[in-house]
Amino acid sequence: MWSELFLVPFLTGLGLAILLPLLGCYLRLRDEWLAALAYAHVAAAGALAALVGTLPPAAGGVAAAALAGAAKRFLAARLAGGASHALLLLSGWAVAVLLAANHPLAERLGHALFDGQLYFSGSGQLWLVAIGAPLALLALRALSGRLLLATVYPDFYHARGIAAWPAQTGFDVLAALALALATMSLGVMGAFALVFIPPWLAFRRARDWRRGLLVALAIGVAGYAGAFALALTLDQPFGPVLALVLVVVGLIVA
Amino acid sequence: MSGLLHIEGLVAGWQRPATRALDLRLAAGEVVGLTGPNGVGKSTVLAALAGRATVFSGRIERMPGLRIALQTQDVPPVRGLPLSGRDLFGLTGASADGLPSWLSGRLEERLDRLSGGQRHYLALWAVLQAPADLVLLDEPTNNLDAAGVAHLTEHLRDRALSGAGLVVVSHDAAFVESVCDRTLVMEACDVE
Repeated sequence: MWSELFLVPFLTGLGLAILLPLLGCYLRLRDEWLAALAYAHVAAAGALAALVGTLPPAAGGVAAAALAGAAKRFLAARLAGGASHALLLLSGWAVAVLLAANHPLAERLGHALFDGQLYFSGSGQLWLVAIGAPLALLALRALSGRLLLATVYPDFYHARGIAAWPAQTGFDVLAALALALATMSLGVMGAFALVFIPPWLAFRRARDWRRGLLVALAIGVAGYAGAFALALTLDQPFGPVLALVLVVVGLIVA
Repeated sequence: MSGLLHIEGLVAGWQRPATRALDLRLAAGEVVGLTGPNGVGKSTVLAALAGRATVFSGRIERMPGLRIALQTQDVPPVRGLPLSGRDLFGLTGASADGLPSWLSGRLEERLDRLSGGQRHYLALWAVLQAPADLVLLDEPTNNLDAAGVAHLTEHLRDRALSGAGLVVVSHDAAFVESVCDRTLVMEACDVE
């Protein structure tokens, strides 16, 4: 298992298993967990569109998700109540499925993106995660206080004359980029499971914000490691195994 | 300008004017009460001072660099979130010094597992004790029992003595009388 063949995918997934539960805590704080699923679908559609256009799929996925993250803020005023997330999700899914249905290469990549074939991750993806995940964590740490204050004390935040949009748009783009990165390796639902389930459990149990982050991180990493070993042992696609492991952990704890 | 705040002929509202013209000067260390029946626009005036509501006429002059802390009647949305009183204080920069004994031991507990009164007082304290020159409080005695009101009354005076100016909106006449240096009674706006 620890041969180089599996070490690269394992480390790639591990970096994402650290980042995504922490990111998910802030998405849950803002009641925007559906955004994770939307960004993952848009990233998948962008990757497939790039492949069809003979461009690097990873670049297409990241660019499409980043565009969606930036555009979401501008659409938010007209699309209240999470409608922007639902529309992004549906359009991402529709474009991805149509591309996969009409292009043989896109069909193969589409299966990989929706199945979550982490074991096919190469050193290129590992490098992206090795650089991107620490940067994302640093950005999240820098944004943390403002995101919390804007949620808990929106009037106080405003009265202090702090402009809301840099932190909000920065977070939207950060979430979109992280989800795009994760979708390329873990698959759409694998990435969503790591964003949704660990924070959901941590928020039920933890006593304060710091402990909430730590509990989410621990559940995410433990669930990931268990799913990696299980999928490898049973020779199954990684994404569904990860989702099932986290669902079972979630049901037991909840 | 001298003082923290100078309001002249202020008419504030959201989509339309909702208050009568209001004049007010506030100096550091002063506590001013705003009272009046429901619907006269007391909360709207606070929102205008904090830069949220629309100023339809008149003017608000603030001391340059004025730091404002605003407490509204909205309860912070902490249900389902792993947030403690200590977390709240960390967010606003408030100190826990001076908290009543019945709350100081509960700072590490989740806010959504405290009683409504305890949660309200911690949320209020996080604003009241935040580093600020002007503190705006909207119905701070809501959900507080007699011990809470007594402690708040004493502490507001201490906060003023430390140099902050306070504007307090309240229906509690006894509280306003005991804590405020002077009181403005607002009357209903005729504008439809």
